[in-house]
Amino acid sequence: MTSTEPPLTAPARRSPGPWRTAATDLVRNRPAMAAAAVLLVVVLATLCAPLYADHVAHTDPFQSHVSGTTVVDGKTVPVLTPSSTGLGLGVTPIGPTWDPAHYFLGADNQGRDVMARLLYGGRTSLFIGFTAALLTCALGTAVGIVAGYAGGVVDSVISRVLDVIWAFPVYLLAICLSVVLLTNGLRLGPLTVDAGSLWLPVAIIAAIYVPYIARPLRGQVLVLRNKEFIHAAVGSGAPTLRILRREVLPNVVPTAIVFVPLMTALAMLTESALSFLSVGVQPPDASWGTIIEDGLGLLYTRPAVTIAPGLLIALTTAALNVFGDGVRDALDPSARLRGGV
Amino acid sequence: MPEPLLDVRDLRVSFRTRTGTVTAVDGLSFAVPPGEILGVVGESGSGKSVSMLAVLRLITNPNVLVSGEVLFRGRDLLALPADEMRAVRGREIAMVFQDPMTALTPVYTVGWQIAEQIRAHERVSRKAAHARAVELLSDVGIPDAASRVNAYPHEFSGGMRQRAVIAIALSCDPALLIADEPTTALDVTVQAQILDLMRELNARGSAVVLITHDMGVVSQIADRVLVMYGGRAAEEGPRRAVFHGPRHPYTWGLLDSVPRVGGPRLRRLPTIAGVPVSPGSLPEGCAFAPRCRLRHERCDERPELSAGPGAGAHRDACWLPADHRAALRLTTRTATAGAKDLDAEAAS
Amino acid sequence: MLHFALKRFASALLVMFAISVLVFLIFFATPGVDPAARIAGRNADPATLAQVRHSFGLDRPMPVRYLLMMRHLLVDRDLESFVNRGSRVIPQIVQATPVTLSLVVGAAVIWMVAGILMGTAAAALRGRAADPLIMLVGVVGVSLPAYWLGEVVNLVTQKQLHGSLFSWVPPPGYVGLAHPGQWALHMLFPWLTLALLYAGIYARLLRGEVVTALGEDYVRTARAKGLSERRILVRHALRCSLIPIVSLFGLDFGALVGGAALLTEVVFGLPGIGKLTYDALQNLDLPVIMGTVLYAAFFVVLANALVDILYARLDPRARHA
Repeated sequence: MTSTEPPLTAPARRSPGPWRTAATDLVRNRPAMAAAAVLLVVVLATLCAPLYADHVAHTDPFQSHVSGTTVVDGKTVPVLTPSSTGLGLGVTPIGPTWDPAHYFLGADNQGRDVMARLLYGGRTSLFIGFTAALLTCALGTAVGIVAGYAGGVVDSVISRVLDVIWAFPVYLLAICLSVVLLTNGLRLGPLTVDAGSLWLPVAIIAAIYVPYIARPLRGQVLVLRNKEFIHAAVGSGAPTLRILRREVLPNVVPTAIVFVPLMTALAMLTESALSFLSVGVQPPDASWGTIIEDGLGLLYTRPAVTIAPGLLIALTTAALNVFGDGVRDALDPSARLRGGV
Repeated sequence: MPEPLLDVRDLRVSFRTRTGTVTAVDGLSFAVPPGEILGVVGESGSGKSVSMLAVLRLITNPNVLVSGEVLFRGRDLLALPADEMRAVRGREIAMVFQDPMTALTPVYTVGWQIAEQIRAHERVSRKAAHARAVELLSDVGIPDAASRVNAYPHEFSGGMRQRAVIAIALSCDPALLIADEPTTALDVTVQAQILDLMRELNARGSAVVLITHDMGVVSQIADRVLVMYGGRAAEEGPRRAVFHGPRHPYTWGLLDSVPRVGGPRLRRLPTIAGVPVSPGSLPEGCAFAPRCRLRHERCDERPELSAGPGAGAHRDACWLPADHRAALRLTTRTATAGAKDLDAEAAS
Repeated sequence: MLHFALKRFASALLVMFAISVLVFLIFFATPGVDPAARIAGRNADPATLAQVRHSFGLDRPMPVRYLLMMRHLLVDRDLESFVNRGSRVIPQIVQATPVTLSLVVGAAVIWMVAGILMGTAAAALRGRAADPLIMLVGVVGVSLPAYWLGEVVNLVTQKQLHGSLFSWVPPPGYVGLAHPGQWALHMLFPWLTLALLYAGIYARLLRGEVVTALGEDYVRTARAKGLSERRILVRHALRCSLIPIVSLFGLDFGALVGGAALLTEVVFGLPGIGKLTYDALQNLDLPVIMGTVLYAAFFVVLANALVDILYARLDPRARHA
C-alpha cells in the first residue's frame, strides 16, 4: 500500500431497500415457500375445475343425477341405491371409486360428483376468502388511518364502534347480517347485491373483520402521528391528504400486507362456517362449506363427502397461515391480528 | 503485576450471518488485577460490549461462536458447566448495562428484584433479603429507601433505575463489576453521581471494568485504559501514560476529538477521517490502517501488542517506530486541522 | 375510585344499549326486510300479513317498538317468542346458560393450560426441532374448521371406533351437573374440540411474546444475576408475556359465553346459548334474538371489565393510567 490520502468514505454499497430485503427474506423462508407451493397447487387445481368436470369425469356437478349410473370395475352400477338400513327412506350414494373418470370421491345424496364439486367449491371458497380479505384490509386500513390521524371526537367515535364489534362474537354478527340480507339482498344506494350473490358473504365477512385490521393500524398511526417526520411535513405546510398518502400510508402498508394472507385464512374459515350453517354461499353455488353441510346426512355412511372438503379447508388455511407468518417475519414481525393469528 | 483476577486470552467472538462469518472480537487479550478499574474505550462496533458479554457468557444466540480463554481466579469461564457459571454470575462477577430504562423487569418491585438476586446465591430468608435490599438502595443513594423499595421500575427516573441496577449488582459483593456504558443514557449531573458510586465500590475492594466511548469518563476514574479498535486491542496502559503519551494513531484521534475547556477554541473539532471498520470486512493487517495517515507497507501485516521503550506496562499494536511517536502525532495534527482552523487558533 | 367505577358502569350500559339498538336496526331497519313476512310464511296474502303485523305490534313506529320490546324483556320480564307463541324468552336463556358455561369453562381450562405449555415450550426450545413441531400443532389447531373437526370427532367416536376404542363415549347431548360423571363424559369431546382451536391461537401468540421477551434487556439482567434458565423463562419472560394473553382471554371468554361457541354447540347437539341464538336467527324470532344478544353483550361487557381489573393486577404500569 502507498501512503496516499485514505478514502474518506467507505465504498458506496447500495442498500437493497426494504421491499427487496423482505422479498429475499421470504424466498429464503422454507416453510413459507412450501406453503406457497401448496397454495399454488390448490389454486391451479380449482382453476382446472371445468377441465376436470367436462373432460375427465364427464359430469355436471351442479345437476342432480338421482337415477344415473356409472361404471365401476367394468360393471354398470347406479349412483344412488336406496338405503337398506333404518326405514329405507334415504339413499346411499356411491362411495369413492378412486377412479378419476368415474366418481373419484363418490357422489353426494343427489348423485353429484364430489370431486368435481370440490374443485368448483374451492373456486368459490378461495374467491370469497381472498376478496373479503382484500376488502377488509383496505377498509380497515382506511378506517384505522382516519381514526388514528384525525384523533379527537372522530377517533373516539370510531374506536368505540370498533371496540364493540371487536368484543362481540363475530359469528353471531355475521349470522345476523346473513339472515337478514339473504332474504332480501342488499341495497345500498346505487349498489345492489342479489340475495344469492357470492358478493353478499364477501361483504358480510369484510364488514365484520374491519376492527381486526383497523385497531392495530390505528395504534400504529397514533405512534406515527407523533414522529418527527410527520411534524416536519405538517410544519412545512403539506396538505393533510398528501401527508396521509406520502408519509402515513407507506408506513402502514407493510402491516396491512402482512394481514392479507392471515385474513384470507380467517375469511375462508368464516365463509365455510356460514355456509355450513346454510347462511353463507347459496345453491346452486357450492363452496367447501356447503359441501360439508351436504355431507352431514351421509356422515356415517359416506364420510368422504364431509372429510374431503374439510381437509382441503384445513390444508389451504394452514398454508395461508404459514405463508402469512413468513410474510410477517419478512415485513413486520410485530404485526398482530387479534390473537396469535 | 499481582496475579490477575480476570485474565482474558485470545478471545474471539464471531457471528454466523447469511452473508458469511462476521468477527466482532478478534484475538483480544487483557487482564484485570484485583481492585483495579480498567477503562475500555473505543467507537461503537469496536467490540467492547460484545467481548464483555462473552466473558460472562451472556450471548445466547446459537449463531455466535466464542473461543479463547477467560480465566477468572484461575478457572476458565468458557469451559465451566452451566450451573457453575451461574454461581459466578451475579455473585463473583456482576454486570451493569447501558440502558437502565429497560434493564429491570417491569412487573416486579425494585426490592423484589434485588432480593431475587440475593436469594439466588445465598440461603437467606425473604425478610432478610428484603432488609438487605433496603440497605443496598440507601447505599446507592436512593432517598427514603425503606418505602422506595416497594416501587416499580416505571416509578423511578432513569438515574434512580441505574442506581437500582447497580444495587442489584452490588448485592453479593462481587469481586468484579463489569459496567457497560453505565452513564451513557443519563443526564450529565447524574453521570457524575454514578461514577462516584463506581469509585466507592472500587474502594470497597471490587475490581471494575468500565466500558465507555467517553474519554472524559475514563480520564476521571480508570487506573488503566484499554483502547479497542475493530475487535482488537490497539493500545493498553496506565491511565497517565495513555493520556499523556498516547502511542497509537487511533488513540491520538480519540484524544484530539475531545473538546478542551481551557484549550484554544477551534472552529471545528478534529475528527478521525473515514468510517469505523465494519466487523464483516476486517483487513488482514492493522485494522486501523485504512483510516491511518501514517500507513505504510508494514501495516498489511497484523501488529501485535508490544511494549514501547522503557514502558513495560504501556503497550500498543502499531508498526510505527517506537521512539518518534510524539513527533509523528504532531504531523498528523497539522494535517488534520485545516489552514482556516489554524488561522482561527492564531486569532483567538 | 368511585368516580372511575361509575364511569366504567355507565360506559358498559352504553355499550349494551348500542348493541341492542344495532341488532334491532339490523332486523327492522334494513331496507326490504319484513319480519312479518317471515312470521306469516312465504306466500301469505296481504290480509294475513296486516293481521300479523298488528298482532305483533309491527305497525307501530320504530322507537316505540324498541321501547316496548325492552320493557317486556327487562321490566315485565314476560317477552314472548314470535315463533313459539307463549314460550317466554328469559326462561329459555336461563335454561341454556349452564350448558354454554359448562362447555366454555371446561374448554378454557384445557386451552389455557395447553396453550401456555405449548407456547412457552416452543419459545424455550427455539432453534431446535421441537419448536417448529409444536408450532405446527398450533397452526393445525388454528386452521381446522371447528365444526368440521366436531363432525369428524363424532364420526370416529360414534361410528368408526365406537365398537372398540371409544365404546365408552355417550351419544352427543347434554347431561346436567346433577350427574357429574355423565356430565364430564358428555362434555369431554366438545371441550377438546373447542380447546384445540384456541390452544393453537394462544400457543402461537404466547410463543411470539415469550420470544420477544427473551430478547429484552431485563432478561439479560436476570441472566447476569445468575438466575437459572427456568426461573428466567417462567418468572421473567413468561410473566411479562402473560399480560396480552390475559386481555385476549377475557375477550374470547366473554364472546364464547355470549354465544360464539355456537358451532361446537350445534355439532355436538348441546342446547346452549349459541344454539338458541342460531335457531332464533333461522326463524327470525326477534324477541329471542334480542334476548340472547343482550345476554351476549352483558357477558362481553363483563369480560371487558374483568380484563381491565386483571390487567391492572398483572401490569403495574397500568395501575396509574
